[in-house]
Amino acid sequence: MSEPSPCTMHCPVPSPEADTIRLAHGGGGRLTHALTQEVFLPAFENPVLASLHDGALLSLGNGRLAFTTDSYVVQPLCFPGGDIGSLAVHGTVNDLAMCGAQPRALSAGFIIEEGLSKRMLEQIVASMAQAAKAVDIPIVCGDTKVVDHGKGDQLFITTSGIGIVPDGIEIAPSRIRPGDRILLSGDIGRHGIAVLSSRAGLTFAGEIASDSAPLHTIVADVIAHGIDVHCLRDLTRGGLGSALNELAISAAVSMVIDEAHIPVSDAVRGACEILGLDPLYVANEGRCVLFVPPQDSLRALSVLRRHPVSQNAADIGEVHHAPATPHARVILQTIIGTHRIVEFLSGEQLPRIC
Amino acid sequence: MKYVDEYRDARLVRTLARAIRETVQHPWTIMEICGGQTHAIVRFGLDRLLPPEISLIHGPGCPVCVTPISAIDAAIRLASLPHVTLCSFGDMLRVPGSADDLLGVKARGGDIRTMYSPLEALKLAQTMPSREIVVFAVGFETTAPAHAMLVLEAQRAGLTNLSLIVAHVRVPPAIKAILASPENRVQGFLAAGHVCTVMGYEEYEELVRTFRVPIVVTGFEPVDILEGVLMLVRQLEAGEASVHNQYARSVDRAGNRKAQHLVDTVFELGPQHWRGIGELPSSGLRLKPRFAHFDALQRFAASLHPSAATVHEKSECYSGLVLQGRLKPHECPSFAARCTPDHPLGAPMVSSEGACAAYYRYRPPTSSAARP
Repeated sequence: MSEPSPCTMHCPVPSPEADTIRLAHGGGGRLTHALTQEVFLPAFENPVLASLHDGALLSLGNGRLAFTTDSYVVQPLCFPGGDIGSLAVHGTVNDLAMCGAQPRALSAGFIIEEGLSKRMLEQIVASMAQAAKAVDIPIVCGDTKVVDHGKGDQLFITTSGIGIVPDGIEIAPSRIRPGDRILLSGDIGRHGIAVLSSRAGLTFAGEIASDSAPLHTIVADVIAHGIDVHCLRDLTRGGLGSALNELAISAAVSMVIDEAHIPVSDAVRGACEILGLDPLYVANEGRCVLFVPPQDSLRALSVLRRHPVSQNAADIGEVHHAPATPHARVILQTIIGTHRIVEFLSGEQLPRIC
Repeated sequence: MKYVDEYRDARLVRTLARAIRETVQHPWTIMEICGGQTHAIVRFGLDRLLPPEISLIHGPGCPVCVTPISAIDAAIRLASLPHVTLCSFGDMLRVPGSADDLLGVKARGGDIRTMYSPLEALKLAQTMPSREIVVFAVGFETTAPAHAMLVLEAQRAGLTNLSLIVAHVRVPPAIKAILASPENRVQGFLAAGHVCTVMGYEEYEELVRTFRVPIVVTGFEPVDILEGVLMLVRQLEAGEASVHNQYARSVDRAGNRKAQHLVDTVFELGPQHWRGIGELPSSGLRLKPRFAHFDALQRFAASLHPSAATVHEKSECYSGLVLQGRLKPHECPSFAARCTPDHPLGAPMVSSEGACAAYYRYRPPTSSAARP
């Protein structure tokens, strides 16, 4: 495409060399095309995307199709251990993995607030591309919109993903059975504390890095070892406590977990103690729970512990029959041996006064 | 983790519980003052480790819960003004005022910032000179020094766009009011370790002499609380009444003199209305006259004027009785039915130190029909 002649009249289209994103970058015209060519295509380079068709055409082979979508909004955009770009890849890959699917392709939608620096966008796109390459899953289609300054929060990303669930794999809450062991893939609370401390400048929290990571490899490995995984759930915003409550309701069971066996790093514990937060409700982006039959639990743990992302995997509890009262869905045996309920989180966790 | 694990040691907890069982011979009613202690008791089920002779009553030491509704309404009114940025501890944001809470104002566009340290407000006032920064200064003696420091620093920096809604409360007048009440059942107190870290415990010696009721300054972990109970029960069984200090790793008799000096420099004692309890003499702090220009209620008097008439408490809420230790949260007819953390009728259901929130969060109600 040849460069158009410079405007002779007063022209509202900003200069293409601008180092910030302008509304015109989302206008569907020359600047949009340039942004796609300069930023997105080189970063996400793959033959399907390069065809620049309205949709991606994929050959997927046998098995059932898993399809998921998730939107990512986080401030600050970059935090210790990741950024919104890597998060948008890991989160959607993990949603597919939790169905037992082998992820095959991702889409990416960007809603950019006017005024975002182009360098920041490039940095996030590069991180996203790197995360996608690391898991070997292409980003095959996408979209960009730019909204007025003040109408967004710098950058929102939506990724959708498709994957294939091999025949014979059935992973769902309905398969959770009394007696199943509950395995946790690693220590909890890193992502939430990393984002909170970088947002609020909480230096006491030290450099706690987000746990943001893809989990499809550990899931595939556990399945490949013949372990009959009944259910998987990645721990995201509501933390371990909310994930277990959701599953207990879906599967009409109760669960008893052991506080002493739930791994939490000292740095996260310290930050939670100071702020009055409960690690059970702090966000994670690279952790999941696995429900496996009791006879498979030791083998599953040993497989998990071979992978760096799940080297601290632990058996944290057991599934029981439906609770006697609806709110006694998830029971925690405390570190001192007493019992209490673990409820859904109500609203956001708010730091306490003293 | 140091200072946590050793105070959550299961064996030590069992040893202390056994020692309490072996010591107790008579029925005793003990109040833990601080909401942080209430949460630890309910979270770890410590009351269930105690012999039936000991009855724990939850005290009024939840700063969010006792902040008067008029102060919350004022904060809501000010936060709704377009040129005001309100800074508040996170805990206050969900507490219901007469008709709304601060999160509701935020959702409608109010500029409300969660502060971790009051000194953050100083930076905001400096970086946003065209905006009025209002700090919602609540809390017991624990947070008062930081607010005093904020005022002094703002004075030194010559800031004219910073002010405070001061709703500070003090523990000793509350203990005195409980003990002086003809309906009082409390025979011993676990005093709040954090408050005493700042204030020491000299003030409590006078209370002990007057009312002949033992007080043990106590920490917040399971081992702390059980040891505090044991120290109280030993005194009670021996017919003694002294101030003892269980939380010696943090508290000494004099307290933090520097912090006390800051508070004395900026604030003076005054009567204070405690939500659910009423007005208690000398139980609050207010800005000294020479710092009166930092008083948000004076600065924005014109904007606040009509609000006094709107103050009302929800009649279904029995939080006053809960805060006075006269009703356990789960005994309230609204508990977990019409009153939940998502739809609170009163402050104790939303504060992280509120007794109702502790029961809702950690302890299933006895009736399965009580919850959605």
